[in-house]
Amino acid sequence: MSPRLKTIRKVVSPPIIKGFKPFGPQSPKVHSEFVSLLYEEYEALRLCDYDGYSQLEASAMMEVSRPTLTRIYASALKKIAKAFVEGRMITIKGGQVYFDSNWYHCDACNCFFNNPDKDIQIECCPLCGQDKYQSINILDPNGEVSPKEKVKA
Amino acid sequence: MKAAITSTGNTLESPLDMSFGRCAYFVVYDTDSQSIEFLPNPNKEAEEGAGTASVQLMASRKVSKIISGEFGIKIKPLLDSLRIQMIVLNDPKIKVKKILEMLNH
Repeated sequence: MSPRLKTIRKVVSPPIIKGFKPFGPQSPKVHSEFVSLLYEEYEALRLCDYDGYSQLEASAMMEVSRPTLTRIYASALKKIAKAFVEGRMITIKGGQVYFDSNWYHCDACNCFFNNPDKDIQIECCPLCGQDKYQSINILDPNGEVSPKEKVKA
Repeated sequence: MKAAITSTGNTLESPLDMSFGRCAYFVVYDTDSQSIEFLPNPNKEAEEGAGTASVQLMASRKVSKIISGEFGIKIKPLLDSLRIQMIVLNDPKIKVKKILEMLNH
């Protein structure tokens, strides 16, 4: 029997860096073993500690169950503690994730669009150039609304 | 900046194609030089993987936004990681010409 498949975790904001490197005279060589932090663990840490959401809210945002989120988060803390104490490099990569960005709806031309670049704020609708757009999935603890469901509702 | 529009035909009067991976033509529009290029979609009759092959085609043309009627579930994360903007227009009758005019706002 094949092992049970993992639920794919949703990552809203991928990390801006690929990892961390220790420094100091005692720090190990670059080629020594490094700790590999998964994208989902980074995302759990970001939501729980940086953005200050509760684990229940964070689990809804990542579209996993609350116990799964707690396991991901615990694993993230354990890996970071290991890297800190043993002075190892951290690389952020891998994991069962998909990236999703925020979606917007323009009332002027009735289109849906997303914002692929987190660093640039949307100023006008990319199609008609007017500013009558609104976000359709502000982080909602009950799970996000996809554009299609919004149309049917 | 380049934008791609999925089209059902190779004229400006053709309506928007509601599917991305298996659309008939891609209209690649360069907003700087105002050039328009019609690309027949080689993946139209593909049995599987039409969406990902179309994404590769679009990425090789360095398109920064794609206008279509619908994007598949495999395509959204792929375009997200490539930083290509998706614009979903839910109007099967809208013509390519009209979309080009809107892009020139």
